[in-house]
This record gives sequence, structure tokens and C-alpha cells, in this order.
Amino acid sequence: MHIPDGFLNVATIATTYTVSAGGLGYALRAARKKMGEKHVPMIGILAAFIFAAQMLNFPIAGGTSGHFLGAALAAILLGPWAALLILACVLILQCLIFQDGGLLALGANIFNMGMIGSFSAYFLYRLTTRVMGDNRRSMLIGTFIAAWASVFLASSACAIELWASGTSPISIAFPAMAGWHALIGIGEGLVTVAVLSLVTVVRRDLLAMERI
Amino acid sequence: MKKIHIKWWHIALLLCLALALLSPLASSSPDGLEKVAEDKGFIEEAHEAPFQVIADYMFPGIENEALATILAGLIGTAGIFVITYGIARLLRVRKKQNGKAADQISS
Repeated sequence: MHIPDGFLNVATIATTYTVSAGGLGYALRAARKKMGEKHVPMIGILAAFIFAAQMLNFPIAGGTSGHFLGAALAAILLGPWAALLILACVLILQCLIFQDGGLLALGANIFNMGMIGSFSAYFLYRLTTRVMGDNRRSMLIGTFIAAWASVFLASSACAIELWASGTSPISIAFPAMAGWHALIGIGEGLVTVAVLSLVTVVRRDLLAMERI
Repeated sequence: MKKIHIKWWHIALLLCLALALLSPLASSSPDGLEKVAEDKGFIEEAHEAPFQVIADYMFPGIENEALATILAGLIGTAGIFVITYGIARLLRVRKKQNGKAADQISS
């Protein structure tokens, strides 16, 4: 759901750039405070995985494809601020080098996929594991819910921006964006659960890092 | 304790690069937002980027599309690893300089 240039008006571009820049500034401060030695390779690997996985569009239905987002995976493993940092780096590289997502829309893309994606996933995961207990089953259910919601809510934010920019009425943009991404979110949930299950089996200790 | 030279993330990075090799298999159908823009008639409002480097994940000048995509994927995956590892490393160094207790190096 990388927004290209041309879909957003000046007010939306300015607002989303401001919010994303503020968020990133805070994320850098939080990371500087809590960054441990073990976080360093984990951040690099998550960014590399997210970049590679985002290239692999999978078909859903009706001639539409979706791709992995990764905000939930990063937020669950490393915390929401670290996830925002990772997603922002991926989105900036995709924008500058691969022309995926517009230069003026970069603030909105970081806001939708980086901020909304990471924070909604983190809080829903925390909420689920708190309500259902700290066991493997609730962790996997919480992961699926968090991953699904991160894609759904990021696409909803995108629909609101399209509406605020006068590109598409909310009654059209919202059901269309939310509908497709409700399906894409299932893919996100399955991939995130699979990767976290793999980490649980192979290197359980990597799940226990301090969240940033 | 046995000395292990290969760390978990060396293997993980190789797996990520292997994943990038699969990139030509990706669906070329429009993604959710593109589909909505096509269906609802605002796709033509999208502007071309003012400059192109490896546009659309195809390394320029290579005729074989699969190869061009794989090369773009490998460059991007390796590149983002170096960038984010570097940023994390810099933030980590600053933390040490701030005089806080460095946690044990055990990775």
C-alpha cells in the first residue's frame, strides 16, 4: 500500500511528514537509550527480511495481490519504536532507490505502515497475551490478531488520507481499502505466526530482548 | 565453552538473501491500493517519480527480467541490512559513550 505521489494534497503531505518526523525523532532517542548489543544484528536482520518479503507479492483474489508488511513482526520482537525505525528505513530505501512510494507521500507511508502498523500490532499483542495468559497458544493468537490488524488499520489510515486529500470519497475509499486489506491481513498473520514460531523453536532467547 | 564463530544472524542473513532470489515468482497483479485506485478511477493521478534508480525493482540495463529483479532484490536486501545494522551500531556506541553500564556482549 505504498502511496505514490499525486494522490495526496499539500495539507495531508505536511501533516503526515510532521507526525512521522516527530515519531522518528522519538524512536531514535528511545533506541539510543535501550539499544543493547543483541539488538544490533536483530534490527539488521528484521529490516533485511522485511525488505525481501515485501518484494514477494502474493495473489489474493480478483486479480489483486498483497505483500507482507512486517510491522507486527518487528514490533512483537523488538517493540514499537524499534519497529518504526526499521520500517522507516525500509520505506525510505524503497522510495529513494526503488521508486516504490512517492517522495512527497513518504511521510504518509511511514505514518501508515510504520507508526499505525507497529503501534497497533504492539498494543493488540500485549492486550491479547495479557487477557489470555502468557502461554504459547495466546502468543500465537495474539500474533495473528496483531498482524492482521496492523495491515487493516494501516490501509484504513491510507483511505482516510485519500479522502482528506479529496482523491476519493470516504464511502468509496474506506470499504475498498479495508476490504482488500482484510484479506491481505490474513497473509500477514500467517507469515508473522510462521516466522515467530520458527524463532521460538530455533532461538527462543531472541524472544526475550528488551522492547524498544 | 565451545567457540562458535557462525552467529545466528549470519545464517539469517543468508536466508533473507535466499528469499530475495524468489522475487521473480512474486505476483505481478496490482496490490490493494493500486487495485482500489484502478477500480475507483484515480490511478491516473499518480505521478512518475522525478528520478529513477532501480525503478520497480528491476535493475536497469538487464534484458532478462527475472535476473534484473533478483539483482534488485539482492542489492536491496544486503543494502538495508548494512544501513540498519550501521544505524543500530551507531546508536549503541552512543549509549556506551553516555556512560551507562554496557550490557554484556554475548551475541
